[in-house]
Amino acid sequence: MKKTAINLTVNGRSRDAVVPPRMLLSDLIRHELALPGTHVGCEHGVCGACNVLVDGKAVRSCLMFAVQADGCEITTVEGFSAGGLDLVQTAFWEEHGLQCGFCTPGMLASAHELLAENPDPTDDEIREAIAGNLCRCTGYEYIIAAIRSAARKMRDAETAAKRQPA
Amino acid sequence: MKPAAFDYERPNDLAAALELLSCEEDTRILAGGQSLVPMMNARLARPKRLVDINRLPDLDYIRDEGTHVAIGALARHRDVKSSRLVRDHLPVIPAAYEWVAHAAVRNRGTLCGNLCHADPASEMPALMLLLGAEMVLTQASGTRIVAASDFFLGLYETAAGPGEMLTEVRIPKPARDTGWGFEEVGMRKADFAWATCAATMRLDGGRIAAPAAAVAGVGDRATRLAELEAAIEGQAPSDSLFADVAREVAVSLDPPSSVGVDAQYRRDLVGTLLPRALAAAARRAEEAKQ
Ligand SMILES: Cc1cc2nc3c(=O)[nH]c(=O)nc-3n(C[C@H](O)[C@H](O)[C@H](O)COP(=O)(O)OP(=O)(O)OC[C@H]3O[C@@H](n4cnc5c(N)ncnc54)[C@H](O)[C@@H]3O)c2cc1C
Ligand code: FES
Ligand code: FES
Repeated sequence: MKKTAINLTVNGRSRDAVVPPRMLLSDLIRHELALPGTHVGCEHGVCGACNVLVDGKAVRSCLMFAVQADGCEITTVEGFSAGGLDLVQTAFWEEHGLQCGFCTPGMLASAHELLAENPDPTDDEIREAIAGNLCRCTGYEYIIAAIRSAARKMRDAETAAKRQPA
Repeated sequence: MKPAAFDYERPNDLAAALELLSCEEDTRILAGGQSLVPMMNARLARPKRLVDINRLPDLDYIRDEGTHVAIGALARHRDVKSSRLVRDHLPVIPAAYEWVAHAAVRNRGTLCGNLCHADPASEMPALMLLLGAEMVLTQASGTRIVAASDFFLGLYETAAGPGEMLTEVRIPKPARDTGWGFEEVGMRKADFAWATCAATMRLDGGRIAAPAAAVAGVGDRATRLAELEAAIEGQAPSDSLFADVAREVAVSLDPPSSVGVDAQYRRDLVGTLLPRALAAAARRAEEAKQ
């Protein structure tokens, strides 16, 4: 099984790897690129713990082969917190949106995709956006509150930025 | 769980892809990977070679072809679900898409891959039957067109041969005054359906015209309900008519039993959901007249 050289951008950094076709993107991220923040729960697409952003869209990294990510731009949980906790992570912290934290990286990817497309989501839209992410700890309500709060923080930051031109 | 080893090809044009598919070995198309990769991870599928069609952007389209909407092999669920063109002419499709998988799965999964996977509890095969779609099957030696009614052959089984690619689905645009209904019950929205019922019809002088109905999740494949359609054509729509014909469909079915969801429950679901779908279709057909 021929190995393939790939190049991708992960959290803003160009990375090279040589991968066999069967290597999952989740395994590339965790084992080869040493970014263990992306979690792996089921490896059949059900739990959402492995969600990462691929070219801005939330994707199951356990259902993509690493070789398919050649040329793509990937953001993992480590990328969200490159400059300390970002607004969404801060909201999860403040609203108790996590307990064990296993589901959190995937939840954050789903939340980021939602908030990029819809800065003021309804609770139903938030529920729909995280419907593919299983959490065994929080009962979800705190996560929904966290995403609601993150949306507000992001809108406030946007308004503040508009008021003070750089 | 990790997939068994395989060879990987990523052609840059359709001709090259078809050439690779025409080879003898056990070769499969990799589209969105949202059904194939879970099966490979569980080693329920061990193809020798995958032909990845994700770098064939020419197949990524949703086009207005006048009489029909044409959807290419690489059109993702996400794009079909949110397409204005589809919403305007085929509103039952986005309604049904609310029940298909999750956002992250819809971001990669394709409509054509979904149809080729032919899961008996999958929504879109039932809709393709309902809407009278045509499947464009292409192989290195040429193209043939297969009606949806001849495409779904059984459990995970379709008319697409080993060297063939479903390159396009053509969905006829129904008459503007067509009403539709879609009903489903499952454990959760994105889980596979225990029963799915869909219907379309027009009203002509208060009588049902051109009715269509289909079910999924209650047999080895999605099914169009020709006898029901014949029984309601030309009748005035009413709850009792819809309940009567749905009861006959329900008793004729031989649905699968799974833990907690036995065959009789699925029949009961059809008895309840089918009249709702038919009534919704009649109501929307009525509204379309106004
Ligand atoms: C958590 C989860 C929930 C889901 N829920 C639902 C649901 O509620 N309803 C539902 O319908 N589906 C559901 N799915 C499945 C999803 O819709 C898949 O996207 C779809 O079934 C397969 O499309 P794909 O593009 O991912 O195909 P792939 O997985 O790439 O391929 C599927 C099969 O079709 C073949 N194939 C693919 N494209 C072509 C083509 N153009 N021509 C010929 N053969 C082809 C492949 O070789 C393979 O055998 C779910 C999946 C997951 C992981
Ligand atoms: S590990 Fe990918 S969805 Fe569960
Ligand atoms: S916080 Fe533990 S699984 Fe969600």
